[in-house]
Amino acid sequence: MRRLWISLTYVVITLLLVVPLYKIFTGAWAQGFDGFIEAIARPQSLHALKMTAIIVVTVTVINTFFGVMLSLYLVRATWLSRTIKRLSNSIVDLPFAVSPVIGGLMIVLLLGPNTIMGTFFNNIGVQIVYALPGMILATLFVTFPIMIREVMPVLQEIGDQQEQAASTLGAYSWYTFWKVTWPNIRFGVIYGVVLTVARSLGEFGAVLVVSGNIINKTQTATTLVYQDVENFNVVAANAIALVLAAFSIMLLLLMEWTKKRKGVH
Amino acid sequence: MNSLFRSRTWSYSFRSIVIIYFIGLIIIPIISIYTQSFSSGILNFWDNISDPLAWKAVFLTLKLAGIATITNILIGTMIGWVLVRYEFPGKSIINSLIDLPFALPTAVAGFIILLLLGPSSIMFEWFGLSLVFHEPAIVVAMVFVTFPFVIRGLQPLLEELDKSEEEAAYTLGSSKFRTFFQIIMPTMLPGILSGGMLAFSRGLAEFGAVVLIAGNIPGKTLVASVYIFGEIESNNPQGAAAVSVLLLTISFIILWFINKLSRGGNTL
Repeated sequence: MRRLWISLTYVVITLLLVVPLYKIFTGAWAQGFDGFIEAIARPQSLHALKMTAIIVVTVTVINTFFGVMLSLYLVRATWLSRTIKRLSNSIVDLPFAVSPVIGGLMIVLLLGPNTIMGTFFNNIGVQIVYALPGMILATLFVTFPIMIREVMPVLQEIGDQQEQAASTLGAYSWYTFWKVTWPNIRFGVIYGVVLTVARSLGEFGAVLVVSGNIINKTQTATTLVYQDVENFNVVAANAIALVLAAFSIMLLLLMEWTKKRKGVH
Repeated sequence: MNSLFRSRTWSYSFRSIVIIYFIGLIIIPIISIYTQSFSSGILNFWDNISDPLAWKAVFLTLKLAGIATITNILIGTMIGWVLVRYEFPGKSIINSLIDLPFALPTAVAGFIILLLLGPSSIMFEWFGLSLVFHEPAIVVAMVFVTFPFVIRGLQPLLEELDKSEEEAAYTLGSSKFRTFFQIIMPTMLPGILSGGMLAFSRGLAEFGAVVLIAGNIPGKTLVASVYIFGEIESNNPQGAAAVSVLLLTISFIILWFINKLSRGGNTL
C-alpha cells in the first residue's frame, strides 16, 4: 500500500511538474543557442523584460511598505474599532477572489480615457490606462493581500508584550519597531517579498487588459509570450518563457530557504 | 529621526495615507465595478447576463473548475498524506517542487501545456489525441495552476494530528479503514475543504493559463474570464462588467465560506 502511494506521488509529480519544466528548458534550444539569443536580443524582448523589471521593483517596494504598515494597524492599532478591523481583514482578501482580468477591467472602468478621472489625469498630462502607471496599479491590486497574509499571523502570534515592555522602558514607537517588532517579523516579510515578486513577475491578465499590449511600449515579458504564441513564433515565445521560468525557479529556491528560516526564527 | 516620529501630526498623516491607499486601491475599484454594471439599469444588466454566450461561458467555467477541484482534492490529499506520513528518497525535493505552479507565470504555464498537448506534441503524434482547444486541456491548465492549494492546506493539519489518537483506535480494535475515516479524515477535512475552495475560486478566475489553450470557441470552450477579456477588446465594457459582477459574486461567496471555515477551525 505504502509503495503504491509513493510511486503514485512520483508519477503525478513527474507528469504535472517535472515534464513541463523539462519541456521548457529543452524547447528554448530547439534552434540552437543562436536561436535563443536571437529571440532574447529582439528589441521588443529587451523592452518587455525592462518593463517587467520596472513593474516588479515598484510594486514590491510599495506593497511591502503598505502591507507591513496595514498589518501593524490591523493587529495592533487602538484607534480602529474591532468591527472595522475585522471587516478590513476580510476585505484584504478580496483581490485573491477577483480574476486578474476583472482587476484590470476595474482600473479601465475607473481611470480609462472615457471616465471623469481619466480625463482629469489626461488633462494634466498623465496617461494611466494603456501606460505604465495603470500597469503598476493593476499589479498592485492583484498582489495586495500577499504581504498582509504573511505578516499578520506572525504579529498575532508574537503578541505585544515585548513591544509594551519596550515602550514602558521609554523607547519611541519607531525605535520599538526596529528593535523589537522587526526582528520577529523579518522572515515573514522576506517570504512575502518573494511571493510578491513571483506574482508580479507572472502577472498577465490584469496587465494585458490595462496595457493594451502595445509592442515596444507597454508590453511585458508575459504579454510578449502571449503575443509570440498568437503569431506562431513558438521558438521566441519559448526563449522568453525560459527566462521567466529560470526566475521562477530561483524564487522557488528562495521560498524554500525563507520558509526554513521562518520556522526557526 | 525620533523627534520626527514622535510628532502627532506626522503619525496622523501617516495613518491617513495608509488607510486612503487601502480604500483607493481595493475598495473603490470593487464598488465601482458593481455600480458600473448597474449604471444603465437592471434591465440592461439582465440583457448582458442573459446573452447565451455569456451564461454558457459562466456555466462552462463552473463545470470545469469543479472537475479540476475534484481532481486536485483526490491527488492533493494523496500527495499531502504521502509527504507527511512516509519517508522516501527525494521527499524534500518533491516538497519544494509543489509550489512551482505558484512561482511560474500563468502565461508560461499555458504555453507549456500548449507545447505538451498541442498539435505538434508527442501526445498528438503517438496517439492522434489533440486535447488542446478542447475541454480536457482547460481542466489540465486549472489543475496545474491550483495544484498546491489542497496539499498546502492539508499538510499542517496532518502534522499536528496526535498519533496517540490513532494508536488508541487501533488498540481498541478498530480496522485501518475505520480509523482512517473516523479519526484521520475529520482532522484532514477542514484543510481539504478550504484548499479545495481556494482552488475552485482560483480556477474560476484563471485567465493566463487558459487563454492560449482553450481555443476560445464561443459557447464551447470559451471560459468566463476569456469572455470578459473579449468583451473588453470589442469595446463593450458594460457587458464585461455584468459578467464580472456575476463571477465576482460567486467568488466572494466562496471566500466568505473559506473565512468561516478557517475561523471555525481556530475556535475548536
